[in-house]
Amino acid sequence: MSTTSRPGAGRRPASPGGTPPPGGPRRGIAGRVPAWLRRAALPYLLILPAVLLELLVHLVPMVIGIGMSFLKLTQFFLRNWSAAPFAGLDNYRVAVDFDGAVGRSLLHSFLVTVAFTVLTVGLSWLLGIGGAVLMQGSFRGRALLRALFLVPYALPVYAGVITWSFLLQRDSGLVNHVLVDQLHLFGERPFWLIGSNSFVSLIVVCVWRSWPFAFLVLMAGLQNISGDLYEAAAIDGAGWGRRLRAVTLPMLRPVNQVLVLVLFLWTFNDFNTPYVLFGKSAPHEADLISIHIYQSSFVTWNFGSGSAMSVLLLLFLLLVTAVYLVATSGRRSDA
Amino acid sequence: MRRRKPYLLAVAGALVLAATACGADDSPSTAGSAGGSATRTITYWASNQGTSLENDKEVLKPELDRFTKETGITVNLEVVPWADLLNRILAATTSGKGPDVVNIGNTWSASLQATGAFVPWDDALLKTLGGKERFLGPSLAATGAPGQPPTAVPIYGMTYGLFYNKKMFKEAGIDKPPATWDELIADGKKLTKDGRWGLAVEGASVSENAHHAFIFGRQHGAELFDASGKPHFDSDQETKAIKQYLDLMAVHKIVNPSNAEYANGTEAVQDFVSGKAGMLMWQSIATQLKQAGWSEDDYGLAPIPLPGPSQGGEQVNAMVAGINLAVFKTAANKDGALKFARFMTSRQTQQNLNKAYGSLPTVTDAYDDPAFESETIKTFQQILSTTAAPLPQVAQESQFETLVGNAMNQLFADVASGKPVTEEAVKAKLTDADQQMGG
Repeated sequence: MSTTSRPGAGRRPASPGGTPPPGGPRRGIAGRVPAWLRRAALPYLLILPAVLLELLVHLVPMVIGIGMSFLKLTQFFLRNWSAAPFAGLDNYRVAVDFDGAVGRSLLHSFLVTVAFTVLTVGLSWLLGIGGAVLMQGSFRGRALLRALFLVPYALPVYAGVITWSFLLQRDSGLVNHVLVDQLHLFGERPFWLIGSNSFVSLIVVCVWRSWPFAFLVLMAGLQNISGDLYEAAAIDGAGWGRRLRAVTLPMLRPVNQVLVLVLFLWTFNDFNTPYVLFGKSAPHEADLISIHIYQSSFVTWNFGSGSAMSVLLLLFLLLVTAVYLVATSGRRSDA
Repeated sequence: MRRRKPYLLAVAGALVLAATACGADDSPSTAGSAGGSATRTITYWASNQGTSLENDKEVLKPELDRFTKETGITVNLEVVPWADLLNRILAATTSGKGPDVVNIGNTWSASLQATGAFVPWDDALLKTLGGKERFLGPSLAATGAPGQPPTAVPIYGMTYGLFYNKKMFKEAGIDKPPATWDELIADGKKLTKDGRWGLAVEGASVSENAHHAFIFGRQHGAELFDASGKPHFDSDQETKAIKQYLDLMAVHKIVNPSNAEYANGTEAVQDFVSGKAGMLMWQSIATQLKQAGWSEDDYGLAPIPLPGPSQGGEQVNAMVAGINLAVFKTAANKDGALKFARFMTSRQTQQNLNKAYGSLPTVTDAYDDPAFESETIKTFQQILSTTAAPLPQVAQESQFETLVGNAMNQLFADVASGKPVTEEAVKAKLTDADQQMGG
């Protein structure tokens, strides 16, 4: 117990009368830090490993990505990034120059992605709320149906989407077999994986994949609505539609707020579905931004330009998310 | 409300972070499998030459076993699909963690040479393989920029030819393969009936499209890169060349529009060996033909027609294709890797593997095997040594393949969905590709 002999140690409020601290032979920094600070620091120290890991896993790659966006990083400098010449804002300038080929195609891809996201999120939400409301009352086979609805969400992305790509093939796909050979809806076999129909195919596959998530979350949200509210509404003479509008939807507002945002971000950034469905080069009509950026960097070996586009995408998503959260929360606290 | 804003921003940030990071994680770059740290092993990434990745493993296994017996070095083999190979190599180059030895498509030689990732084969090193003279001239020409030591050594020689189905030709009353473009179109029209088509193409395959853009471009006299190496894709000649290729589907209708969907490099071949199409412009398909039980009585190989004398282009009807073997500078076992290169270019291995794949040995002393006396091999050999041209050996070659190949995917998609594709439309796409090369 030699700590007490150090000058100043006795002045610590934690060890009145110069008695050794209860922790035993504590030395160094811990010994010199006042107890109030130690107490205050404890929670931060506890989350420190998580914060460090978060930095390592998410922030560091992003910072590197931002750094890359200012470099002229091509195949000549792949082995030694530090030798890549500084490009300043050139990569950004090219990306937002909508008169040039690069900027024009980026803008096109961005607009396609916005349309795709709005439609996919909207349809997924509609199907999700529809399914959840219909499954609210108990009936025979409800558990089975619920499980069935969740299958697309449970399947690995690759397995689900590659199956769709087989179904959608022009000559040998099941979709055309049903639409053309059985129902005779088209004179000539339509293409589903190339041309303008590819946009429709992409939305169908994405909605198929993401609506079960909406369904699951909304179903959970519905469990929290007290039956009394419906009873009271029924006594007041509210019909099914009125109960939906006056009870269900307002009570689901907090759930919806998160659900729509998460669906938006996932859909906007979706890489797997178009990549598995179309391969490396997506059709022009379904050129989602994640694939487009991948093309611009990996495939043409221009990693600086790809990074600049990624940073722009990140800023856009950050802005949308912030505006969305502020707007939706504002309305809730006014209500 | 006001006090909640910082928290909201934090939530927004976290959500965006999570979402974008997920997106980034999903990109299909795969970390290189660690090279063997012991000197008794090497890691080898082979390209997909056979009917499937499994088939390649079967073909390579006896050879690799022989290598192990001779040198005591075990080979960790991974067969990488074509769609991933370039990405995997780039990832390995960036991280410095990759295999010891890798197969590359020979058209990438100059592009990959520019990264400086591979051991250059200078004269001294080439001597360990028997010297420069041992290798076939055209194959050696496609190993990097002129005047620089090769970045890789050729192991399988390939080129393009016109496969035709003898039975379908007979039924249609055609007695010999087409020698001119007019004949090819006329024959194609005769073959196109009852759900069968004259010719199969891989209309959504970036590399197939780019190769044909190059071959037909040369037929029209187009130069993809000028003397200083600047890209010049949108010349009138190149536009005409690509239009000519698209017109096989659009105007002459001897190609099934569904071929515009074919992307993975196997579907057009499948159409040919299953008798859905009578002709195919392709490189070696020996393993696929063997699997379908075809012999030289069932199919023939002819050179792709040359341009008419009035067209003013060059007498080129194929590219120097093939597979090269490169050794990473970062190889954990560089000595073993160089030994492996010597083994892969040895007479015995060259004969065994090229026989199995139906490709051409890249060393002259391997040709004494009777297997290389077949009609198909002799025709390929003839094309490779007389009318095949190497793709431009410039650093931006792989970008050319990607950009022009992609543009052609879209043009094929337009053709297939019945949109009229004019020369202006082709030129506009090529100009876009040109601009995307940047400065």
